[in-house]
Amino acid sequence: MLELFLAKYNYWIVILLMMTGLYIVVARGNLVKKIIGLNVFQTSVFILYISMGKVAGGTAPILTGRDEIFSNPIPHVLILTAIVVGIATTALGLAFVVRIREAYDSIEDDEIDDAEKQDMARDLEGRLP
Amino acid sequence: MTGATLSGIVPHLPALQVVVPLLAAPVCFLLRRGVICWGFATLVSWAAFATSLVLLQVVLADGTIRYEMGGWAAPWGIEYVIDATNAIVLVIVSGIGSAVMPYARRSVMAEIPANQHGLYYTAYLLCLAGLLGVTITGDAFNVFVFLEITSLSSYILVSAGAGMDRRALTAAYNYLVLGTVGATFFVIGVGLLYMVTGTLNIIDLSERVPALQHNRTVHVAFAFIVVGMGLKLALFPLHTWLPNAYTYAPSTGTAFLAATSTKVSVYVLLRFLFVVFAPSYGFMALTLDYVLLPLALIGMVAATVAAIYQYNIKRLLAYSSVAQIGYMVLGIAYGSVEGLTAAILHLFNHALMKGALFLALGCIMLRVGDVTMRGVQGLGRQMPWTMAAFVTGGLSLIGVPLTVGFISKWYLITAALDDGRWPIAAVILASSLLAIIYVWKIVEAAYLKEPPEGRVVREAPLSMLVPTWVLVLANIGFGINAEFTVGVARTAAMGLLGGAP
Repeated sequence: MLELFLAKYNYWIVILLMMTGLYIVVARGNLVKKIIGLNVFQTSVFILYISMGKVAGGTAPILTGRDEIFSNPIPHVLILTAIVVGIATTALGLAFVVRIREAYDSIEDDEIDDAEKQDMARDLEGRLP
Repeated sequence: MTGATLSGIVPHLPALQVVVPLLAAPVCFLLRRGVICWGFATLVSWAAFATSLVLLQVVLADGTIRYEMGGWAAPWGIEYVIDATNAIVLVIVSGIGSAVMPYARRSVMAEIPANQHGLYYTAYLLCLAGLLGVTITGDAFNVFVFLEITSLSSYILVSAGAGMDRRALTAAYNYLVLGTVGATFFVIGVGLLYMVTGTLNIIDLSERVPALQHNRTVHVAFAFIVVGMGLKLALFPLHTWLPNAYTYAPSTGTAFLAATSTKVSVYVLLRFLFVVFAPSYGFMALTLDYVLLPLALIGMVAATVAAIYQYNIKRLLAYSSVAQIGYMVLGIAYGSVEGLTAAILHLFNHALMKGALFLALGCIMLRVGDVTMRGVQGLGRQMPWTMAAFVTGGLSLIGVPLTVGFISKWYLITAALDDGRWPIAAVILASSLLAIIYVWKIVEAAYLKEPPEGRVVREAPLSMLVPTWVLVLANIGFGINAEFTVGVARTAAMGLLGGAP
């Protein structure tokens, strides 16, 4: 059992981070914390990709002209793109949080929900029977 | 342009289809002035539409196009692959874009603060480029990258409604959180597939994955991709981001997103389910029967019932979209040529219906400033052309003969009866009958009730009526003569299932 755990320790880290991230997204009411959770979640995917590119005994994938074993560079390249996407998402998400705070004066889920319920009630005021 | 340069361009149309809108976005950002940006975005949309029409014609005449991006051959470079399935999706995405853009000027001027117009059109162009990119690319990771370009820009399109209602911000925020989770699930699935096959090219994947039908990693990849795309295409019960996003986005944003973005996700699901995984038996084939099929049926009924109780018509149409996505997923879940034909047909037809309906609603927003049941009261006489467009779109949504909605439902029901699954046909009919209720509620308010006293409303301007009616007439045109769309959908379905096209 312990052997199984140690042999695939990278996957255990991935799973742990993934679940932590998703849990924060679902369970936290603070909008900034949700974004942080999303970040942790995405980071787990970065590690999943990077660790699958590792070749036992391989070095960094730099062309030296010598015959060397090196790690698979493709996952690294893919994850560079994914990191950029992640940063853009975080930036946009935080920008929304700033605007939400300006509009609602709060970044807590439950307080915003209450404010929206009032908005909704106002929408229905002129409703005909 | 001379004939020689034209024929020189044609081989590179697959690249231009995406690159033109993608490069146009930063140019639009630099142009800054609202009206200039609008003119520019309109021209780019029309160019993209023309490109997609030529591509569709070439694909139907000569078969699949494979284009090597930058001249790098397939396993190393990214290739664009165009067959009947994505050619028709390209046409619908860019076609809706070219109908929405001429309409956008007046609507955007009324709904969005003046200093944001340039940025709004920039976000629209990015969204268009992303949607076209997702559709055209033949590389699984590239799908993710374009998917995120699309998503990030659509969050911005939704949040642009904040000038009218602050709830646009929370809608965009929730869309961002769920959309990111969905896209990340998708990329986990792609990573796992890469782990077992060593390739990201969709054609190579389709050759290597079927040999691994019993591989646990492939099963996990399958689950992640189906759930991830399910979030993106708003499959019931993963649709919770959609009603608010569509309700509070600006009218033009809603019309464009409702008609295109979920459709492109449906296309990605189609491509991965039937080309990459191609399940014939076992775990993955059972998922179609025991997960997608029931969810589609429940979604069709539950979302239609939810739509009946809505007071805000934009939200009503958003719930109806969730139900309509159920029809598409139902066709996918059949897994037969008839089912896929129906799904692709409905993908095309629903874009026309929802495009027309949301554009008509945008006209009401401009003139009345209220798109609730109270807002449309008595509009049948005050805005006859807009309401006529809305009612025709509504009839199409129900599936009345001579509209595209009828064609979709005819094929969906025939596909169900072919397999002897008459209870499913009954559910389709029941949900169509329920749709009559919510369309009737609007018709009743518009034609049978008196307008509120003292409200003076003019008909919408021509620049908005013409694009709306173009889509309405397309609803009728493709409803009367469905030969072309059915032919393309059938070719596409056969291509997806690996039969002779």
